[in-house]
Amino acid sequence: MRYLPKSESERRQMLDACGVASPEELFAHLPEAVRLDRPLALDPGISEYEIVDYFRQRAAENANGYASFLGAGIYNHYRPVLVDTVVSRGEFLTSYTPYQAEIAQGTLTTIFEFQTMICQLTGMDVANASMYDGSTAVPEAAMMAVRATGKGRVLIAKSVHPEYREVLRTYAKHQGMPVEEFGYVAEAGTLDLEDLESKMDDLTGAVIIQSPNFFGIVEQVKAAAAIAHKRGALLVLLFTEAVSLGLLEPPADADIVAGELQSFAISPSYGGPYAGIIATKDKFIRQMPGRLVGQTTDSRGNRAFCLTLSTREQHIRREKATSNICTNQALIALMATVYMSVYGKQGLRELAEQNLSKAHYLAGKLAPRFSGKFFNEFVVKAEGKSPDEINKALLKKKIIGGLPLGRFYPELADCMLVCATEMSRRAEMDTFAESLKPAVPAEVLA
Amino acid sequence: MIQKVRSHLSPNEELLFERSSPGKKAYQLPELDVPAVDAAEALGAGNVRGEIEGFPEVSEVEAIRHFTRLSTWNYAIDYGMYPLGSCTMKYNPRINELVARTEALAWAHPYQPEALSQGCMKVMERLEAALAEITGMDAVTLQPAAGAHGELTGILLIRALLEKRGNPRKKILIPDSAHGTNPATAAIAGYAVENIKSSETGVLDVGALEHLVTSDVAALMVTNPNTLGVFENNIIHVAEILHKKGAMLYMDGANMNALVGIARPGDFGVDVLHLNLHKTFSTPHGGGGPGAGPVCVKKVLEPFLPAPRLKRSGQKLSWNYNRKNSIGRVKAFYGNFGVLVRALAYILAHGGPGLRNATMDAVLNAVYIRKQLEPYFDLPYQSPNMHEVVFSDDRQAKLGVRTGDIAKRLIDYGFHPYTVSFPLIVHGALMIEPTETEGKREIDLFCDAMISIAKEVEADPQMVKNAPYGTRTSRVDEVTAARKPVLRWKPA
Repeated sequence: MRYLPKSESERRQMLDACGVASPEELFAHLPEAVRLDRPLALDPGISEYEIVDYFRQRAAENANGYASFLGAGIYNHYRPVLVDTVVSRGEFLTSYTPYQAEIAQGTLTTIFEFQTMICQLTGMDVANASMYDGSTAVPEAAMMAVRATGKGRVLIAKSVHPEYREVLRTYAKHQGMPVEEFGYVAEAGTLDLEDLESKMDDLTGAVIIQSPNFFGIVEQVKAAAAIAHKRGALLVLLFTEAVSLGLLEPPADADIVAGELQSFAISPSYGGPYAGIIATKDKFIRQMPGRLVGQTTDSRGNRAFCLTLSTREQHIRREKATSNICTNQALIALMATVYMSVYGKQGLRELAEQNLSKAHYLAGKLAPRFSGKFFNEFVVKAEGKSPDEINKALLKKKIIGGLPLGRFYPELADCMLVCATEMSRRAEMDTFAESLKPAVPAEVLA
Repeated sequence: MIQKVRSHLSPNEELLFERSSPGKKAYQLPELDVPAVDAAEALGAGNVRGEIEGFPEVSEVEAIRHFTRLSTWNYAIDYGMYPLGSCTMKYNPRINELVARTEALAWAHPYQPEALSQGCMKVMERLEAALAEITGMDAVTLQPAAGAHGELTGILLIRALLEKRGNPRKKILIPDSAHGTNPATAAIAGYAVENIKSSETGVLDVGALEHLVTSDVAALMVTNPNTLGVFENNIIHVAEILHKKGAMLYMDGANMNALVGIARPGDFGVDVLHLNLHKTFSTPHGGGGPGAGPVCVKKVLEPFLPAPRLKRSGQKLSWNYNRKNSIGRVKAFYGNFGVLVRALAYILAHGGPGLRNATMDAVLNAVYIRKQLEPYFDLPYQSPNMHEVVFSDDRQAKLGVRTGDIAKRLIDYGFHPYTVSFPLIVHGALMIEPTETEGKREIDLFCDAMISIAKEVEADPQMVKNAPYGTRTSRVDEVTAARKPVLRWKPA
């Protein structure tokens, strides 16, 4: 087998050195009753070529060559070539968690740069080395706020990604952490601040909002923060579209920022792996979950980096840790780091402006359902046909339409969530907009 | 004598922020084919930010040199062996990277129509089936993002089942040799943790366990083989004790690479286990993630698995969201698909017989190392070991040299250190796991290095205590890093 480097004679020498006649003998101490008495019912191994062929066949059964207007937490952005070039280097790809700082300065330095860039983007003082993804960053942020305030109740906006809210509920259920939702303004699609205020109480430790929210709309972060702070709760601000940070005011009024970095060069990959972040103010550092890299010096006085403040973590604190999380998403965070470096200060803004322009061009032809200001996605109402019927018709034109919202919001069953990015071509947007028009002859409308 | 390495030049490199200068670019966007929109008008002037202070501005050439230079400061599997016990750093086949980048798989949106996602779903279906066969379990969820996340999922499943039976119970029993994630997970799932002392042979003390399993106990979390690399020989009896009292047996599958093709947890009484795909199934560690932590369960727990579940009707696969007993979602979408592709590619490459051969070579390598090093290092537990072996620094500590020092000296010999000071039940542990992807030559070099260091400790302990010497970065001051945290760059 090509992944096993021993020749038969080397194997024999090693068995001899161990004093056994066969490899099976190494397992002689296992009780008979636990042993598998047959071969695994899996096909024999195959060659590289056959493996490539198998996955090509699977790929052929997926969408190929479609234009897409899906967003809803996962965005279609261009990935600069440098990103893959860097993460394909074995020194990054095949290295271990950087516990041994002397031979892991490459990974440690890039994480330190990552933490810095996330702070620069979000206006926070400190960011961790990344979380599994945005959806799991939400409960981690909620638990962090609960620890920091000593108050167990969590309020989360209905305009937060519905699957993220489901994840929060799963985590919260057994921790004495009641979760309640507050609504959005039906006309604007923005936070219903009155509803939030009426649901606030002195037992609430966290208020969680998303901006741009699930409908793509930019939220009133300052106002939500004021309401949360008045009753001693922390505001957790979530983002799923990281490119928006190139243009939007950093959420400095939030206490914790949680987010998903998929937009930064991470392929959609049918749901993962992605990278989440948690960033916060200095005063909450000790409550943070996950790995952190800090700057220090080596014994010769040179700048060096290492994992730090690990007394928060499970391998030291065990059941008293701030989280059970062990890993971060180092390689994915590195992709985001390279992406941020390639676009840089000007590029990220230009990129965000292109997204804004494309989405507003499309929206100009479609009349968004909500009046709130939006970045690169928005909700449209399907006139005459159901969202599913529209999408079905679009597939014939090699277009994947927006996300029908009925599954998550029964009150928006006639609506779909539509996204345009720098990758959306004008001609495709025109075709898409055309298909959304009611199937009524023009003379009837006149 | 140091045989594996000699020094060469290592490039210096500043932080990106320090080599930035205004106006430098590494990107070019296409011409906008729609009218430009005024941001202040579209978003409201108050919502538009000023420039991103301090953000990098570098050219493409500088960017690639920056990251390439930094990469050379890392050790990696592609350079050589990682003898890290319990962390299983094995070779990461490059074909896995290639197939994970297949365009219509890598760029599949999780919300694209199911009819246009059949390829992804088939990959997941096939991996679920393979993992079920390998572990002897009945059903598998691929949703958890990493091992610890899988643990949480598994314990929530147990909780859901016991709740359904009328009482979720209060405690999880955890051996003192367990990974730190086990107790941390139990706490998040709302359980109290009770630690169990290991026996003198390094396995679960069945007598003590019998005493501890009351109607308050929800489950025992056990790693098998345990973190000493020792198989829990009483596991069937342990399962019986738990089941008799209505408690469940949870297995941390971190060390599954010692069992694949040889023994199946489903056949020895395990009710739930999680796997770490980056360990047993070769997906790259990537400097600390991404991982994937599938959870395999017995039939009785299947109704509680996270939604959605794959469902096959004839030729067609779909996602079934309608699962009223589900514990809920543990992650958005369906799992770390990109990692799952790599694991399946690995399983396809080995096939059934190949996976078993890999297990046997992994154990052979660990037993061989034990034989070579036993004369030089103290072996606190004499039980037969499987994929890893744990020594203690007892002999060296008498001369003032601790396991951490020996580990740092190993770096000078061209190896990554072994796992230091874990498991906690071995004082000054040296935990060594070679994996099956090391050949005899690399292992002999490793053993020679360890023996040479053992001799250095006797001859010049102080020299060993100040290692490493050959690295571009010498011993790092971790105490100051924690005392005065500097967690981001700021302009001077």
